[in-house]
Amino acid sequence: MALQDTWTKKDLTGIADLTRAEIEFLFTQADGFLPALAPGKGLDLMRGRTVVNLFLEPSTRTRTAFEISAKKLGAEVVSINTTASSLVKGETLRDTAENIRAMGVDAIVMRHSSAGAARYLGKALDISVINAGDGAHEHPTQALLDAFTLRKHFGKLQGLKVTILGDILFSRVARSNILCLSKLGAEVTLAGPATLVPAALQEAFPQVRIIHDLKEALTDCDAVMLLRIQHERQTTTHFPSLAEYTSQFGLNAERAAWLKPNTIVMHPGPINRGVEVESEVADGPRSVILEQVHNGVAVRMAVLHLCTRAISR
Amino acid sequence: MNPHDPSPLWLHGARVIDPATGRDEPNSDVFIRDGVFVEKLTAEEQTRARKINATGLVAFPGLIDLNCRLGEPGQSARETILTGTLAAAAGGFTTVVTMPDCKPALDNVGTLQLLREICARDARVRVLPTGTLTKGHEGKALAPLGSMKKAGVVAVTDTTSGVQNNEIMRRALEYAAMFNLVVLDHCQDSSMTEGAQMHEGAWSLRLGLRGSPRAAEEIVASSDCVLAELTKARIHLQHLSSGNTADIVRRAKSRGSKLTCEVSALHLLLNDGALENYDTRLKLNPPLREESDRQKLITAVVDGTIDAICSDHSPCTATEKDCEFDLAPFGAASLETTFAAAYETLVLSGKADLPLLVARFTTGPARVLNLPYGTLKAGASGDVVLFNPQTSWTVTPATLFSKSGNNPLNGRTFQGRIQQSFVGGQQVFSVS
Repeated sequence: MALQDTWTKKDLTGIADLTRAEIEFLFTQADGFLPALAPGKGLDLMRGRTVVNLFLEPSTRTRTAFEISAKKLGAEVVSINTTASSLVKGETLRDTAENIRAMGVDAIVMRHSSAGAARYLGKALDISVINAGDGAHEHPTQALLDAFTLRKHFGKLQGLKVTILGDILFSRVARSNILCLSKLGAEVTLAGPATLVPAALQEAFPQVRIIHDLKEALTDCDAVMLLRIQHERQTTTHFPSLAEYTSQFGLNAERAAWLKPNTIVMHPGPINRGVEVESEVADGPRSVILEQVHNGVAVRMAVLHLCTRAISR
Repeated sequence: MNPHDPSPLWLHGARVIDPATGRDEPNSDVFIRDGVFVEKLTAEEQTRARKINATGLVAFPGLIDLNCRLGEPGQSARETILTGTLAAAAGGFTTVVTMPDCKPALDNVGTLQLLREICARDARVRVLPTGTLTKGHEGKALAPLGSMKKAGVVAVTDTTSGVQNNEIMRRALEYAAMFNLVVLDHCQDSSMTEGAQMHEGAWSLRLGLRGSPRAAEEIVASSDCVLAELTKARIHLQHLSSGNTADIVRRAKSRGSKLTCEVSALHLLLNDGALENYDTRLKLNPPLREESDRQKLITAVVDGTIDAICSDHSPCTATEKDCEFDLAPFGAASLETTFAAAYETLVLSGKADLPLLVARFTTGPARVLNLPYGTLKAGASGDVVLFNPQTSWTVTPATLFSKSGNNPLNGRTFQGRIQQSFVGGQQVFSVS
């Protein structure tokens, strides 16, 4: 059954703003873009358009994925890498963005250390704004590519049990995934140390289950999503040391044996090998980490196409 | 401003409320002669009085605000004494207590004198300055409290910096008590609030913003109770945000503590859900907390645990607030909307009657700082406002006198409006 084309949004600032129908329509678009990922292939849906990657926080993977996605659609891409703090010294975000817009740009893909920054920019500008991560708020394209990958593996997300393990408190990936997976009918379990998976998350996201016992969190799930332990965000008060984290919550082969046979292991990258996951698991048969990366390009192509199309319509 | 009019003032036919005396009379009169309230005017005085028909209006003492910032000196892009006191007058405030964290800080007699000169020239309502408790409100060395008291400060406070060291706070309290200076304390354990942008709870988790836990306020409020007992100093807790802090104050008061406290009208009106769209105008310190906190604070206003409702007017320019949430300065402009917001929250909701609300804006704050204002008693300064409970109005830039651009209630419609304000019998505001 062909899904109805319901997409009218010029921005993608968070999963919170999307309906299930919009997400599913976006997936059909992404499906259609997968063949274009082959070497030597590409499309010209965005020929003549310009996308600016405004990355105000360090990122290689997401920025590259967005660049490739835009190029596969035939768009021109300019990437700006700086830090929000150096921006603040001279110019406000609004001024920077309005200058970029004045140069005739069609879309800004932004990563920013401040939660809410993408929504702020989306309201300020009449061109597309795509959130590539705003502080600890959302990272919507990551969640979309994760859900897209799960859908490829299991056919549907309805009733699927997904455990998200690690630093939930500071993670935008976790927030977007909680929202995205729930909207698509999956059951989400959050696991990790109590300081990084505080009880108040239950109130914020009533649909999730919170578990601090690793074995219990792993035995029943269809997929486990590992989150990067971010040294730069956690102060020493949230857990004693990386070694302590690994000893309590790191995923190694022994613990992976608790998983059901068909359970897959996901990670948004970049991986801290030996911290949240051992290489034998990251590179093992359960791992779909590189599939996630591959699908990420198709999903971001769909996002760029649909959002910029919404303006020309 | 209208030129000074020496003729007597006669407000006729209003419902007159004066919580200091328990007066609440329909169809009554207020008389002011030579700048002070009098019980009656002679027949001759009546003939030359400025008689205002106040039928359908409510007359009550000019309101007292214990917590506001008026920009000057140093931050005149945000507010000036002129625009700030015009805003105060429009909000029904005839006496305002200003915070000392201007630039430079009010931690010395010279800066204080500068402020007093500006006020003498520009102020439209009575401005009562406070001084810092420690130099530069850095929480390290005591400010010259005795000299500042002599130069006119009505209280001392380190405002949002708070004094983080208990030993320094203890000595500061002992020293301030010698001069009978009330210490206003913004309760915040800053070790628990590093990088905090809003209340720590479900909304901060959804929005991905760093949270400030209630405990950061409650811990300092608790230690203030202990230190007040130790030093016998008078401490006034500023702008409560946690419902539990109200419980802490209630318990202290029941044990005979002279501790007092205030709440801002915004904390009575809104909860942290209002930040759903990252409205930087609602980025406050202390933050808006949960609905349960709001309800507890309302209860505490009604039962008298909370002595005063303040504006906590903290003007910022529109440009300063037009940025990412993390980068926006704290504070909301609120002088013009504080009474209307409190009226909606307490009176229109049926939780309190108008005399109680007026008391929290007059006798309550007057008692905190032992001020002779906030009453219509004969001999008191003729500060009075006329309030129209029948009218509704929408907050627009045209209704705002403040120079700031951060009143979060801009666009909101309120029932009940301050119609006219008088200081010493002189009109300082009238709805045009």
